[in-house]
Amino acid sequence: MTPGMFDLLGFGPQGWGLPLLQAAGITISAALCGFLLGSVFGIGGATLKLARSPVLRLIGQAYTTIFRGVPEILVVYLFYFGGSVVLTTLLNTGGFPGFYSLPSFVMGVFAVGIVSGAYQAEVYRSAYLRLDRGQIEAGASCGMSKFLLLRRIIGPQTLRFALPALGNIWQSALKETSLLSVIGLTELLRQAGTAAGSTRQPLLFYAVAAAMFLVIGRMTGAVLGRMENHLAKPWRR
Amino acid sequence: MASVNRSVVAHNTPAVPAISVNDLHKRYGTVEVLKGIDFRAHDGEVVSILGASGSGKSTFLRCLNLLELPSAGRLQIFGEKVNLRPSGSNLRIGDRNQVDRLRTQVAMVFQNFCLWSHMTVLENLMEAPVHVQRRSRGQVRDEAEAMLKRVGLIDRAKAYPAQLSGGQQQRAAIARALVMKPRVLLFDEPTSALDPELVGEVLKVMRDLAAEGRTMLIVTHEMAFARDVSSRIVFLEQGRINAEGLPQELFRGGVSERFDQFIARFNQG
Ligand SMILES: Nc1ncnc2c1ncn2[C@@H]1O[C@H](COP(=O)(O)OP(=O)(O)OP(=O)(O)O)[C@@H](O)[C@H]1O
Ligand SMILES: [Mg+2]
Repeated sequence: MTPGMFDLLGFGPQGWGLPLLQAAGITISAALCGFLLGSVFGIGGATLKLARSPVLRLIGQAYTTIFRGVPEILVVYLFYFGGSVVLTTLLNTGGFPGFYSLPSFVMGVFAVGIVSGAYQAEVYRSAYLRLDRGQIEAGASCGMSKFLLLRRIIGPQTLRFALPALGNIWQSALKETSLLSVIGLTELLRQAGTAAGSTRQPLLFYAVAAAMFLVIGRMTGAVLGRMENHLAKPWRR
Repeated sequence: MASVNRSVVAHNTPAVPAISVNDLHKRYGTVEVLKGIDFRAHDGEVVSILGASGSGKSTFLRCLNLLELPSAGRLQIFGEKVNLRPSGSNLRIGDRNQVDRLRTQVAMVFQNFCLWSHMTVLENLMEAPVHVQRRSRGQVRDEAEAMLKRVGLIDRAKAYPAQLSGGQQQRAAIARALVMKPRVLLFDEPTSALDPELVGEVLKVMRDLAAEGRTMLIVTHEMAFARDVSSRIVFLEQGRINAEGLPQELFRGGVSERFDQFIARFNQG
Protein backbone atom coordinates (compact mmCIF):
# COMPACT_ATOMS: atom_id res chain seq x y z
CA MET A 1 0.00 0.00 0.00
CA THR A 2 1.41 3.42 -0.92
CA PRO A 3 1.49 5.89 1.93
CA GLY A 4 -1.02 8.75 1.88
CA MET A 5 -0.26 12.43 1.91
CA PHE A 6 -0.55 12.67 5.69
CA ASP A 7 1.83 9.77 6.20
CA LEU A 8 4.36 11.42 3.87
CA LEU A 9 4.18 14.73 5.66
CA GLY A 10 3.76 13.31 9.13
CA PHE A 11 6.28 12.34 11.75
CA GLY A 12 5.87 8.57 11.39
CA PRO A 13 8.42 6.15 9.91
CA GLN A 14 7.51 7.15 6.34
CA GLY A 15 6.97 10.80 7.18
CA TRP A 16 9.16 13.70 6.06
CA GLY A 17 7.73 16.06 8.67
CA LEU A 18 10.74 16.19 10.95
CA PRO A 19 13.40 16.58 8.21
CA LEU A 20 11.32 19.31 6.62
CA LEU A 21 10.96 21.16 9.91
CA GLN A 22 14.68 20.85 10.55
CA ALA A 23 15.36 22.15 7.07
CA ALA A 24 13.04 25.07 7.74
CA GLY A 25 15.11 25.75 10.87
CA ILE A 26 18.27 25.80 8.70
CA THR A 27 16.59 28.14 6.24
CA ILE A 28 15.57 30.54 8.99
CA SER A 29 18.98 30.46 10.66
CA ALA A 30 20.83 30.97 7.39
CA ALA A 31 18.53 33.85 6.44
CA LEU A 32 18.80 35.45 9.87
CA CYS A 33 22.58 35.14 10.09
CA GLY A 34 22.95 36.27 6.48
CA PHE A 35 20.70 39.26 7.02
CA LEU A 36 22.45 40.31 10.24
CA LEU A 37 25.86 39.92 8.63
CA GLY A 38 24.36 41.91 5.77
CA SER A 39 23.48 44.76 8.08
CA VAL A 40 27.11 44.90 9.19
CA PHE A 41 28.23 45.03 5.54
CA GLY A 42 25.35 47.38 4.78
CA ILE A 43 26.23 49.88 7.49
CA GLY A 44 29.87 49.65 6.44
CA GLY A 45 28.93 50.12 2.80
CA ALA A 46 26.69 53.07 3.59
CA THR A 47 29.47 54.66 5.66
CA LEU A 48 31.87 54.27 2.74
CA LYS A 49 29.36 55.70 0.29
CA LEU A 50 28.83 58.70 2.57
CA ALA A 51 32.53 59.22 3.23
CA ARG A 52 34.20 62.49 2.37
CA SER A 53 37.12 60.75 0.68
CA PRO A 54 36.42 60.00 -3.01
CA VAL A 55 38.45 56.80 -2.78
CA LEU A 56 36.30 55.44 0.03
CA ARG A 57 33.15 56.46 -1.81
CA LEU A 58 34.40 54.61 -4.88
CA ILE A 59 35.04 51.47 -2.83
CA GLY A 60 31.52 51.64 -1.39
CA GLN A 61 30.09 52.22 -4.83
CA ALA A 62 32.03 49.29 -6.29
CA TYR A 63 30.82 47.00 -3.52
CA THR A 64 27.14 47.77 -4.04
CA THR A 65 27.38 47.76 -7.83
CA ILE A 66 29.18 44.43 -8.02
CA PHE A 67 27.08 42.48 -5.55
CA ARG A 68 23.79 43.84 -6.81
CA GLY A 69 24.79 43.24 -10.42
CA VAL A 70 26.17 39.69 -10.28
CA PRO A 71 23.65 36.81 -10.15
CA GLU A 72 23.40 35.64 -6.58
CA ILE A 73 23.99 32.02 -7.41
CA LEU A 74 27.34 33.04 -8.86
CA VAL A 75 28.23 34.79 -5.62
CA VAL A 76 27.35 31.60 -3.77
CA TYR A 77 29.56 29.51 -6.08
CA LEU A 78 32.39 32.02 -5.92
CA PHE A 79 32.44 32.08 -2.15
CA TYR A 80 32.03 28.38 -1.67
CA PHE A 81 34.34 27.01 -4.34
CA GLY A 82 36.65 30.00 -4.34
CA GLY A 83 36.94 29.77 -0.59
CA SER A 84 37.62 26.04 -0.74
CA VAL A 85 40.32 26.47 -3.39
CA VAL A 86 42.02 29.14 -1.33
CA LEU A 87 41.82 27.03 1.80
CA THR A 88 43.12 23.92 0.02
CA THR A 89 46.01 25.83 -1.55
CA LEU A 90 46.93 27.31 1.80
CA LEU A 91 46.82 23.97 3.58
CA ASN A 92 48.64 22.13 0.78
CA THR A 93 51.50 24.60 0.79
CA GLY A 94 51.53 24.36 4.55
CA GLY A 95 52.21 20.63 4.22
CA PHE A 96 48.70 19.23 4.54
CA PRO A 97 47.82 17.41 1.31
CA GLY A 98 44.29 16.69 0.14
CA PHE A 99 41.20 18.72 -0.72
CA TYR A 100 39.48 20.78 1.90
CA SER A 101 36.07 22.35 1.66
CA LEU A 102 34.51 24.98 3.83
CA PRO A 103 31.35 24.38 5.83
CA SER A 104 28.50 25.17 3.47
CA PHE A 105 26.45 26.90 6.16
CA VAL A 106 29.19 29.37 6.97
CA MET A 107 30.02 30.12 3.35
CA GLY A 108 26.36 30.30 2.44
CA VAL A 109 25.64 32.79 5.20
CA PHE A 110 28.60 34.79 4.03
CA ALA A 111 27.32 34.87 0.45
CA VAL A 112 23.79 35.84 1.51
CA GLY A 113 25.24 38.46 3.82
CA ILE A 114 27.44 40.12 1.28
CA VAL A 115 24.65 40.34 -1.29
CA SER A 116 22.08 41.49 1.26
CA GLY A 117 24.60 44.02 2.55
CA ALA A 118 24.93 45.54 -0.92
CA TYR A 119 21.20 46.21 -0.95
CA GLN A 120 21.10 47.28 2.68
CA ALA A 121 23.91 49.80 2.12
CA GLU A 122 21.72 51.75 -0.25
CA VAL A 123 18.84 51.68 2.24
CA TYR A 124 20.96 52.86 5.18
CA ARG A 125 22.52 55.55 3.04
CA SER A 126 19.23 57.05 1.97
CA ALA A 127 17.78 56.70 5.48
CA TYR A 128 20.75 58.62 6.85
CA LEU A 129 20.27 61.34 4.27
CA ARG A 130 16.70 61.79 5.45
CA LEU A 131 17.82 62.72 8.98
CA ASP A 132 17.19 66.27 10.12
CA ARG A 133 20.65 67.84 10.34
CA GLY A 134 19.30 70.28 12.92
CA GLN A 135 18.60 67.47 15.36
CA ILE A 136 22.14 66.18 15.02
CA GLU A 137 23.44 69.70 15.57
CA ALA A 138 21.21 70.04 18.60
CA GLY A 139 22.86 66.91 20.00
CA ALA A 140 26.33 68.22 19.29
CA SER A 141 25.42 71.57 20.85
CA CYS A 142 24.56 69.73 24.09
CA GLY A 143 28.05 68.28 24.22
CA MET A 144 27.26 64.84 22.85
CA SER A 145 30.31 63.02 21.54
CA LYS A 146 30.26 61.51 18.04
CA PHE A 147 29.65 58.08 19.52
CA LEU A 148 26.81 59.25 21.74
CA LEU A 149 25.19 61.04 18.80
CA LEU A 150 25.41 57.85 16.79
CA ARG A 151 23.98 55.72 19.57
CA ARG A 152 21.22 58.00 20.80
CA ILE A 153 20.10 59.99 17.78
CA ILE A 154 21.54 59.00 14.42
CA GLY A 155 21.21 55.24 14.97
CA PRO A 156 17.59 55.07 16.15
CA GLN A 157 16.36 57.57 13.60
CA THR A 158 18.21 55.94 10.70
CA LEU A 159 16.76 52.59 11.69
CA ARG A 160 13.30 54.06 11.73
CA PHE A 161 13.69 55.42 8.20
CA ALA A 162 15.39 52.26 6.96
CA LEU A 163 13.04 49.70 8.41
CA PRO A 164 10.32 49.63 5.73
CA ALA A 165 12.84 48.95 2.96
CA LEU A 166 14.83 46.56 5.16
CA GLY A 167 11.67 44.46 5.42
CA ASN A 168 11.77 43.86 1.68
CA ILE A 169 15.45 43.01 1.79
CA TRP A 170 14.79 40.52 4.57
CA GLN A 171 12.21 38.78 2.39
CA SER A 172 14.77 38.55 -0.43
CA ALA A 173 17.42 37.16 1.90
CA LEU A 174 14.96 34.54 3.08
CA LYS A 175 14.26 33.40 -0.47
CA GLU A 176 17.93 33.55 -1.47
CA THR A 177 18.80 30.92 1.09
CA SER A 178 17.23 28.41 -1.31
CA LEU A 179 20.24 29.00 -3.55
CA LEU A 180 22.41 27.48 -0.85
CA SER A 181 21.01 24.08 -1.85
CA VAL A 182 23.59 24.13 -4.68
CA ILE A 183 26.46 23.97 -2.21
CA GLY A 184 24.90 21.10 -0.32
CA LEU A 185 23.19 22.91 2.53
CA THR A 186 20.15 20.94 3.59
CA GLU A 187 17.79 23.84 3.70
CA LEU A 188 14.13 23.73 2.84
CA LEU A 189 14.40 23.45 -0.95
CA ARG A 190 17.07 20.77 -0.88
CA GLN A 191 15.22 18.72 1.70
CA ALA A 192 12.03 18.99 -0.34
CA GLY A 193 13.97 17.85 -3.40
CA THR A 194 15.33 14.83 -1.55
CA ALA A 195 11.86 13.90 -0.34
CA ALA A 196 10.41 14.47 -3.81
CA GLY A 197 13.01 12.17 -5.34
CA SER A 198 12.68 9.35 -2.89
CA THR A 199 8.86 9.38 -2.81
CA ARG A 200 8.25 10.38 -6.45
CA GLN A 201 5.91 13.06 -5.21
CA PRO A 202 7.62 16.25 -6.44
CA LEU A 203 4.44 18.29 -6.68
CA LEU A 204 3.48 17.60 -3.08
CA PHE A 205 6.86 18.33 -1.58
CA TYR A 206 7.66 21.39 -3.63
CA ALA A 207 4.23 22.79 -2.86
CA VAL A 208 4.80 22.14 0.84
CA ALA A 209 8.21 23.85 0.63
CA ALA A 210 6.60 26.82 -1.09
CA ALA A 211 3.93 27.02 1.58
CA MET A 212 6.56 26.89 4.31
CA PHE A 213 8.53 29.73 2.71
CA LEU A 214 5.33 31.74 2.54
CA VAL A 215 4.44 31.12 6.16
CA ILE A 216 7.93 32.00 7.38
CA GLY A 217 7.89 35.11 5.23
CA ARG A 218 4.50 36.24 6.43
CA MET A 219 5.26 35.59 10.09
CA THR A 220 8.57 37.41 10.12
CA GLY A 221 7.03 40.14 7.98
CA ALA A 222 4.36 40.67 10.61
CA VAL A 223 7.02 41.03 13.32
CA LEU A 224 8.93 43.56 11.23
CA GLY A 225 5.70 45.39 10.49
CA ARG A 226 5.00 45.78 14.19
CA MET A 227 8.52 47.02 14.79
CA GLU A 228 8.12 49.50 11.96
CA ASN A 229 4.85 50.71 13.40
CA HIS A 230 6.34 51.09 16.83
CA LEU A 231 9.34 53.07 15.60
CA ALA A 232 7.20 55.31 13.37
CA LYS A 233 4.81 56.22 16.16
CA PRO A 234 6.67 59.35 17.34
CA TRP A 235 6.44 60.86 13.86
CA ARG A 236 2.66 60.62 13.72
CA ARG A 237 0.63 63.63 14.68
CA MET B 1 37.67 98.83 16.92
CA ALA B 2 37.70 102.53 16.25
CA SER B 3 34.75 102.24 13.92
CA VAL B 4 32.42 100.76 16.54
CA ASN B 5 29.73 103.17 17.56
CA ARG B 6 29.43 102.93 21.28
CA SER B 7 26.71 104.53 23.30
CA VAL B 8 28.06 103.34 26.61
CA VAL B 9 31.33 104.80 27.64
CA ALA B 10 32.22 102.39 30.37
CA HIS B 11 30.62 99.76 32.46
CA ASN B 12 31.68 98.37 35.76
CA THR B 13 33.44 95.29 34.57
CA PRO B 14 33.13 92.27 36.85
CA ALA B 15 36.15 90.05 37.08
CA VAL B 16 35.60 87.27 34.57
CA PRO B 17 33.32 87.69 31.56
CA ALA B 18 30.99 84.78 30.81
CA ILE B 19 32.05 85.00 27.21
CA SER B 20 34.97 86.83 25.78
CA VAL B 21 35.79 86.96 22.09
CA ASN B 22 38.85 88.56 20.57
CA ASP B 23 39.32 89.35 16.90
CA LEU B 24 37.08 86.53 15.75
CA HIS B 25 37.13 85.76 12.04
CA LYS B 26 35.16 83.22 10.07
CA ARG B 27 35.79 82.38 6.44
CA TYR B 28 33.89 80.06 4.16
CA GLY B 29 36.38 79.40 1.40
CA THR B 30 37.40 82.84 0.26
CA VAL B 31 34.34 84.63 1.67
CA GLU B 32 34.94 86.24 5.02
CA VAL B 33 31.67 86.23 6.95
CA LEU B 34 32.99 87.49 10.30
CA LYS B 35 35.69 90.10 9.98
CA GLY B 36 37.13 90.52 13.43
CA ILE B 37 34.61 90.54 16.25
CA ASP B 38 35.51 91.70 19.73
CA PHE B 39 32.85 90.97 22.23
CA ARG B 40 32.29 90.35 25.92
CA ALA B 41 29.22 89.22 27.79
CA HIS B 42 29.05 89.30 31.55
CA ASP B 43 27.01 87.22 33.92
CA GLY B 44 23.41 88.37 33.99
CA GLU B 45 23.57 90.33 30.76
CA VAL B 46 20.91 89.95 28.10
CA VAL B 47 22.48 90.85 24.79
CA SER B 48 20.40 91.11 21.63
CA ILE B 49 22.29 90.67 18.40
CA LEU B 50 20.62 92.52 15.56
CA GLY B 51 21.54 92.90 11.94
CA ALA B 52 20.36 92.44 8.38
CA SER B 53 20.05 89.03 6.86
CA GLY B 54 23.48 87.70 5.99
CA SER B 55 25.31 90.01 8.36
CA GLY B 56 26.74 87.03 10.24
CA LYS B 57 24.55 86.87 13.34
CA SER B 58 23.97 83.11 13.24
CA THR B 59 27.57 82.40 12.35
CA PHE B 60 28.74 84.46 15.31
CA LEU B 61 26.35 82.77 17.75
CA ARG B 62 27.25 79.32 16.44
CA CYS B 63 30.94 80.06 16.94
CA LEU B 64 30.27 80.60 20.64
CA ASN B 65 28.96 77.05 20.99
CA LEU B 66 31.60 75.83 18.50
CA LEU B 67 29.01 74.53 16.08
CA GLU B 68 31.07 76.63 13.69
CA LEU B 69 34.80 76.81 14.17
CA PRO B 70 36.28 80.27 13.89
CA SER B 71 38.97 80.69 11.24
CA ALA B 72 40.95 82.92 13.56
CA GLY B 73 40.61 84.62 16.89
CA ARG B 74 40.38 83.78 20.55
CA LEU B 75 37.43 82.58 22.57
CA GLN B 76 37.18 82.39 26.35
CA ILE B 77 34.27 80.96 28.23
CA PHE B 78 34.17 81.83 31.95
CA GLY B 79 37.80 82.74 31.69
CA GLU B 80 38.71 79.36 30.23
CA LYS B 81 40.52 79.67 26.95
CA VAL B 82 38.99 77.41 24.31
CA ASN B 83 41.74 75.27 22.92
CA LEU B 84 41.77 75.90 19.16
CA ARG B 85 44.69 74.85 17.03
CA PRO B 86 45.72 76.33 13.71
CA SER B 87 45.09 73.99 10.80
CA GLY B 88 45.92 75.43 7.41
CA SER B 89 44.21 78.79 7.24
CA ASN B 90 41.56 77.74 9.78
CA LEU B 91 41.32 76.59 13.36
CA ARG B 92 40.36 73.18 14.57
CA ILE B 93 39.32 71.83 17.94
CA GLY B 94 42.29 71.19 20.16
CA ASP B 95 40.53 69.41 23.00
CA ARG B 96 37.34 67.53 22.18
CA ASN B 97 36.49 66.93 25.85
CA GLN B 98 36.81 70.58 26.69
CA VAL B 99 34.45 71.51 23.88
CA ASP B 100 31.88 68.90 24.91
CA ARG B 101 32.08 70.12 28.50
CA LEU B 102 31.78 73.80 27.60
CA ARG B 103 28.86 73.12 25.29
CA THR B 104 26.67 72.06 28.20
CA GLN B 105 27.51 75.41 29.78
CA VAL B 106 26.63 77.43 26.69
CA ALA B 107 23.31 76.00 25.58
CA MET B 108 21.77 76.74 22.24
CA VAL B 109 18.14 77.24 21.25
CA PHE B 110 17.51 76.92 17.52
CA GLN B 111 15.15 78.59 15.13
CA ASN B 112 13.65 75.24 14.13
CA PHE B 113 13.50 73.90 17.70
CA CYS B 114 15.40 70.75 16.70
CA LEU B 115 13.85 68.57 19.35
CA TRP B 116 14.70 64.91 18.80
CA SER B 117 11.68 63.48 17.08
CA HIS B 118 12.06 59.92 18.34
CA MET B 119 11.92 60.99 21.99
CA THR B 120 9.07 62.31 24.08
CA VAL B 121 9.29 65.82 25.44
CA LEU B 122 10.43 64.51 28.82
CA GLU B 123 13.03 62.25 27.19
CA ASN B 124 14.29 65.22 25.20
CA LEU B 125 14.82 67.14 28.42
CA MET B 126 16.53 64.26 30.20
CA GLU B 127 18.84 63.22 27.36
CA ALA B 128 21.83 65.51 27.83
CA PRO B 129 21.75 65.69 31.64
CA VAL B 130 21.68 61.88 31.89
CA HIS B 131 23.95 60.90 29.00
CA VAL B 132 26.32 63.84 28.71
CA GLN B 133 26.44 65.22 32.22
CA ARG B 134 25.89 61.79 33.76
CA ARG B 135 23.61 63.07 36.48
CA SER B 136 21.32 60.66 38.27
CA ARG B 137 18.22 59.80 36.28
CA GLY B 138 15.78 60.22 39.13
CA GLN B 139 17.00 63.65 40.05
CA VAL B 140 17.11 64.75 36.42
CA ARG B 141 13.55 63.55 35.95
CA ASP B 142 12.36 65.68 38.85
CA GLU B 143 14.18 68.70 37.51
CA ALA B 144 12.93 68.12 33.99
CA GLU B 145 9.36 67.88 35.22
CA ALA B 146 9.77 71.05 37.23
CA MET B 147 11.12 72.77 34.13
CA LEU B 148 8.18 71.55 32.05
CA LYS B 149 5.80 72.93 34.66
CA ARG B 150 7.59 76.19 34.40
CA VAL B 151 7.17 76.50 30.65
CA GLY B 152 3.60 75.23 30.89
CA LEU B 153 4.14 71.86 29.22
CA ILE B 154 3.89 69.35 32.03
CA ASP B 155 0.70 67.88 30.56
CA ARG B 156 2.60 67.27 27.30
CA ALA B 157 5.58 65.51 28.92
CA LYS B 158 4.79 62.19 27.23
CA ALA B 159 3.96 63.68 23.84
CA TYR B 160 6.32 63.52 20.89
CA PRO B 161 7.55 66.74 19.26
CA ALA B 162 5.46 66.09 16.13
CA GLN B 163 2.36 66.27 18.29
CA LEU B 164 3.13 69.77 19.58
CA SER B 165 2.53 73.21 18.11
CA GLY B 166 5.57 75.25 17.12
CA GLY B 167 5.26 77.40 20.20
CA GLN B 168 5.09 74.36 22.45
CA GLN B 169 8.09 72.82 20.69
CA GLN B 170 10.14 75.94 21.19
CA ARG B 171 9.18 76.14 24.86
CA ALA B 172 10.20 72.50 25.21
CA ALA B 173 13.49 73.27 23.47
CA ILE B 174 14.13 76.11 25.91
CA ALA B 175 13.36 73.77 28.80
CA ARG B 176 15.74 71.22 27.28
CA ALA B 177 18.48 73.83 27.33
CA LEU B 178 17.66 74.87 30.89
CA VAL B 179 17.85 71.41 32.50
CA MET B 180 21.52 71.27 31.60
CA LYS B 181 21.91 74.20 34.01
CA PRO B 182 23.90 76.20 31.48
CA ARG B 183 25.50 79.45 32.49
CA VAL B 184 24.76 81.09 29.16
CA LEU B 185 21.79 80.65 26.84
CA LEU B 186 22.17 81.29 23.12
CA PHE B 187 19.04 81.89 21.05
CA ASP B 188 19.15 81.99 17.25
CA GLU B 189 15.93 83.60 16.05
CA PRO B 190 13.82 81.54 18.43
CA THR B 191 10.51 82.90 17.15
CA SER B 192 11.21 83.23 13.42
CA ALA B 193 9.73 79.86 12.50
CA LEU B 194 6.55 80.43 14.50
CA ASP B 195 3.10 81.48 13.39
CA PRO B 196 2.53 85.05 14.61
CA GLU B 197 -0.01 83.99 17.23
CA LEU B 198 2.54 81.63 18.84
CA VAL B 199 5.39 84.13 19.14
CA GLY B 200 4.07 85.65 22.36
CA GLU B 201 4.16 82.48 24.45
CA VAL B 202 7.83 81.92 23.62
CA LEU B 203 8.82 85.54 24.21
CA LYS B 204 7.05 85.40 27.57
CA VAL B 205 9.23 82.49 28.67
CA MET B 206 12.30 84.37 27.51
CA ARG B 207 11.23 87.53 29.34
CA ASP B 208 10.90 85.52 32.55
CA LEU B 209 14.36 84.06 32.06
CA ALA B 210 15.82 87.51 31.50
CA ALA B 211 14.03 88.80 34.59
CA GLU B 212 15.61 86.14 36.77
CA GLY B 213 19.06 87.30 35.72
CA ARG B 214 20.06 84.66 33.21
CA THR B 215 22.90 85.37 30.86
CA MET B 216 21.38 85.36 27.39
CA LEU B 217 22.57 86.13 23.87
CA ILE B 218 19.67 86.48 21.49
CA VAL B 219 19.69 86.83 17.74
CA THR B 220 16.27 88.21 16.91
CA HIS B 221 14.17 90.25 14.57
CA GLU B 222 11.70 91.06 17.36
CA MET B 223 12.66 94.70 17.78
CA ALA B 224 10.22 95.52 20.56
CA PHE B 225 11.45 92.55 22.52
CA ALA B 226 15.09 93.47 21.97
CA ARG B 227 14.41 97.04 23.07
CA ASP B 228 12.47 96.10 26.19
CA VAL B 229 14.35 93.08 27.45
CA SER B 230 18.01 93.50 26.50
CA SER B 231 20.58 95.06 28.72
CA ARG B 232 22.66 95.65 25.60
CA ILE B 233 22.28 95.62 21.83
CA VAL B 234 24.96 94.55 19.41
CA PHE B 235 24.39 95.55 15.81
CA LEU B 236 26.23 93.47 13.23
CA GLU B 237 26.83 94.70 9.75
CA GLN B 238 28.68 92.71 7.12
CA GLY B 239 30.57 90.67 9.64
CA ARG B 240 31.56 93.51 11.93
CA ILE B 241 30.07 95.04 15.04
CA ASN B 242 28.82 98.34 13.74
CA ALA B 243 27.18 99.60 16.89
CA GLU B 244 26.81 98.50 20.47
CA GLY B 245 25.08 99.95 23.49
CA LEU B 246 22.07 100.28 25.74
CA PRO B 247 18.83 99.66 23.87
CA GLN B 248 17.21 102.95 24.82
CA GLU B 249 20.20 104.89 23.55
CA LEU B 250 20.63 102.98 20.30
CA PHE B 251 16.93 103.06 19.55
CA ARG B 252 16.77 106.79 20.27
CA GLY B 253 18.87 107.17 17.14
CA GLY B 254 21.97 109.10 16.25
CA VAL B 255 24.50 106.58 17.53
CA SER B 256 24.95 104.77 14.22
CA GLU B 257 23.63 105.86 10.88
CA ARG B 258 23.51 102.26 9.66
CA PHE B 259 21.57 101.14 12.70
CA ASP B 260 19.06 103.97 12.22
CA GLN B 261 18.64 102.93 8.57
CA PHE B 262 18.21 99.32 9.64
CA ILE B 263 15.48 100.27 12.11
CA ALA B 264 13.80 102.60 9.61
CA ARG B 265 13.73 99.86 7.00
CA PHE B 266 12.45 97.48 9.62
CA ASN B 267 9.63 99.76 10.69
CA GLN B 268 8.53 100.16 7.08
CA GLY B 269 8.07 96.38 7.12
N1 LIG C 1 28.14 76.94 5.54
C1 LIG C 1 28.27 78.08 4.83
N2 LIG C 1 28.98 78.10 3.69
C2 LIG C 1 29.13 79.24 2.98
N3 LIG C 1 28.60 80.41 3.33
C3 LIG C 1 27.88 80.47 4.45
C4 LIG C 1 27.68 79.31 5.26
N4 LIG C 1 26.91 79.67 6.31
C5 LIG C 1 26.66 80.98 6.17
N5 LIG C 1 27.24 81.47 5.06
C6 LIG C 1 27.19 82.87 4.58
O1 LIG C 1 27.62 83.68 5.64
C7 LIG C 1 26.90 84.88 5.67
C8 LIG C 1 26.34 85.10 7.05
O2 LIG C 1 25.42 84.10 7.34
P1 LIG C 1 24.59 84.05 8.69
O3 LIG C 1 23.72 82.86 8.62
O4 LIG C 1 25.52 84.14 9.83
O5 LIG C 1 23.73 85.37 8.59
P2 LIG C 1 22.57 85.88 9.54
O6 LIG C 1 22.96 87.22 9.97
O7 LIG C 1 22.28 84.89 10.58
O8 LIG C 1 21.35 86.00 8.54
P3 LIG C 1 19.80 85.67 8.75
O9 LIG C 1 19.20 86.86 9.41
O10 LIG C 1 19.29 85.49 7.36
O11 LIG C 1 19.70 84.43 9.57
C9 LIG C 1 25.82 84.75 4.61
O12 LIG C 1 26.23 85.50 3.48
C10 LIG C 1 25.78 83.30 4.29
O13 LIG C 1 25.46 83.11 2.94
MG1 LIG D 1 20.64 83.52 10.95
